[in-house]
Amino acid sequence: MEGDIAEMGKFIGAGLATIGLGGAGIGVGHIAGNFLAGALRNPSAAPSQLPNFFVGIAFAEALGIFSFLIALLLMFAV
Amino acid sequence: MATETESVGFAIYPMDQFLVTKWFCNDDAASPINECTSNIHWYDITNVTVWLALTVLAIAALLMLGTRRRAIVPSRSQSVAELLYGFVYNMVEEVTGHEGVKYFPYIMTLFLFILFANLLGLLPMSFATTSHVAVTATLALMVFFGVTILGFVRNGIGFLGMFWVTSAPLAIRPILAIIEVISYFVRPLSHSIRLAGNLMAGHAVIKVIAGFATLAVASPVVIGAVAAIYGLELLVAVVQAYVFTILTCVYLRDAVGSAHH
Repeated sequence: MEGDIAEMGKFIGAGLATIGLGGAGIGVGHIAGNFLAGALRNPSAAPSQLPNFFVGIAFAEALGIFSFLIALLLMFAV
Repeated sequence: MATETESVGFAIYPMDQFLVTKWFCNDDAASPINECTSNIHWYDITNVTVWLALTVLAIAALLMLGTRRRAIVPSRSQSVAELLYGFVYNMVEEVTGHEGVKYFPYIMTLFLFILFANLLGLLPMSFATTSHVAVTATLALMVFFGVTILGFVRNGIGFLGMFWVTSAPLAIRPILAIIEVISYFVRPLSHSIRLAGNLMAGHAVIKVIAGFATLAVASPVVIGAVAAIYGLELLVAVVQAYVFTILTCVYLRDAVGSAHH
C-alpha cells in the first residue's frame, strides 16, 4: 500500500496488535502458576502431568503468537 | 514492504531471511526482489529444497548410521536414536492407547522431521523451512485429512457422533454441534500457524536484536541478548515439535477411539 497515511496506519496497527501479547503472557503464567501450585502439593504426581502442562502452554501461547503474526504482517508484508 | 528497497533509518530488514531464493543463482543486486527471488518454477532448486533435503539426510544419518552396529551397549548416536524412539513410542502409546500404536511410524516421522527442521533452522546463515506456512500447512493438512478419513473408515458414519455432545442438555446440543464442527475445522489452521508463527517470530526477533549491533555502543549488550534469545529459540524449537506431535496424537485418539464412546 502506498501513501503516507497508509504507512502511518501500518505502524499504528502493528502497535495495537501487540496488545494481544499481554493476554498470552497472562494465560501462560496462569497455567504455569497452577501447575506449580499443584506440583508443590503433590510432587509425585507432577511428572505425569507434564504433557498436559506443555499442551496447555502451547494453546495459550498460540493465540498470542497469532496477534504477533498480525503485527509482523502489517509491518512487513502489507 | 519494508525490505531493502526503501531506506528506513536503521537498515534492519528482518523479513529478508524468509525469502525463497533459487539456490544456483548469484545476484548481488542490493534489492532482495531480484532475479533470484522472482520467477521461481516448481522445478527450480531453492533454498527450501536444499534445507528440506538436509533435514531428511540428517534424520537418516542419525537413525541409520547411528544404529548400524546394533550394539548391546549403545554408542552415543545409537543411544540418542533409541532415546528418541522410546520417547515418541511412549507418547503415542500413552495418548492414543494401545490401538493407536500402529500409527507410530507416521507420528515418529512427523516428530523427527519437525524437530530437525526447527533445529537446522537455528544454525547461523541457514534457513528455517518450518517458518513458512506452506510447509507447516502441508503437515497440518495431512494430519487433518488423515485423521478425518481414518475416523470415517474406522467408525463409519458414527464418527459424526463426536460432534453430538451427549453430556449436555438436549436443548443446547444443536448449538454445541455447530460450535464443535467449527472448532474441528479450525484445528488444521491453528496447528499450522502455531508452528510457523512461533518460528517466524523467533527468527525475526533474533534478526532485529542482532541488527542493533550496528550501533557500536550497544554491541556487548546485544551479544548477550542474542545469546539469551537463541537459548529461548532452542527451547521453542524442541517444545513446538513436541506440541505438534502430541496434538496429532490427541486428534488421532479422537478419531480412533471414537469407537469406544
